[in-house]
Amino acid sequence: MCGHCGCTEASGVRAAHAPSEGSRWLALHQSLLGRNDAQADRNRAHFRARGLLSLNLLSAPGSGKTALLEQLARRWPQPPIAVIVGDLATDNDARRLRAAGARAVQIRTGDLCHLEADLVARALRQLDLEGVDLLVIENVGNLVCPTGFDLGEDLRLALLAVGEGEDKPLKYPALYRSADAVVLNKIDLMAVMNFDHHQAVANLRAIAPAAALLELSARNGAGVEGLISWLQQRQRQLQQRVGPDGRRP
Amino acid sequence: MHELALMAELQQLAQVQAHRAGAQRIHRLRLRLGAAAGVNPEALHQAFAVLVSDANAGQLWRGAQLELVPVPVRCDCSHCEQPFSPQDPIHACPRCGQLSARVLTGRELELVALEVS
Repeated sequence: MCGHCGCTEASGVRAAHAPSEGSRWLALHQSLLGRNDAQADRNRAHFRARGLLSLNLLSAPGSGKTALLEQLARRWPQPPIAVIVGDLATDNDARRLRAAGARAVQIRTGDLCHLEADLVARALRQLDLEGVDLLVIENVGNLVCPTGFDLGEDLRLALLAVGEGEDKPLKYPALYRSADAVVLNKIDLMAVMNFDHHQAVANLRAIAPAAALLELSARNGAGVEGLISWLQQRQRQLQQRVGPDGRRP
Repeated sequence: MHELALMAELQQLAQVQAHRAGAQRIHRLRLRLGAAAGVNPEALHQAFAVLVSDANAGQLWRGAQLELVPVPVRCDCSHCEQPFSPQDPIHACPRCGQLSARVLTGRELELVALEVS
């Protein structure tokens, strides 16, 4: 016991200083992400009740998140798809996605470098989800800050683009480790960028051994069908699972 | 700088608890910080300094200190069925070399305790 909050020595907490005169310790044990996680659970329950597959799409700026979503919007077997897109400023991405046939809502985060679950909940109120079975949340382009924030998604997809550097998963391990699938994008540029495919895959495998690995070009569409099949498979698995409230979604 | 957002959350949690306990001052906050929580300790201290010096924070936060308690990363090896502490971002088991996809600890961002008066 640390003597102040009832926790155990094994948890690594020790009394580093004696208490100031007349003071006392209050034991809290509250996660700084607790409020976000609770809202994320509410979002997830909402998605489950609607039978939606929800994705959190993460990458550095410029890896091709929006280009990939344009492809998905055009090719998803049960259109339209819905997209919540986060950027610091402008609604360019939402306009691009609407032009591709998606129902899209833009969240302008201002100074915030990542999306949080309550921003997603607010954006959901502006989205008509009738007849939609795929919702993608395109996070702010950032390989650090969004990692710890659960948005309520069923699956996390991280994008790595040819030209970003084969060692990016080693430099930003937390984000790639948190992904259910890593999508290697811009494979059409592999030769011109002199990209070491073998090394990139080895690095991804080392950091995220359990993640699915999919390869495609959002520009020319090669490999997009493979991603769609993978998503549909996961969607079927999710629908077969009994929801957290004991009911089938 | 998601550390600022996390500090705003910490401020909120601490103030609610301090008021609930009838405290006038917060002297120290103890935060467990996992090595894989994706948070930079230095940035966290900087964000805390902003919080404490904020005129709106007032008497409650004057002179408050942030103590970080580091929590190392522990993984589970599914082959050896033993936990281990990885030495680098690649979570390879030191006994058998198998890569682990299960992080047991190291993601903590937990406000453990508040010293108040």
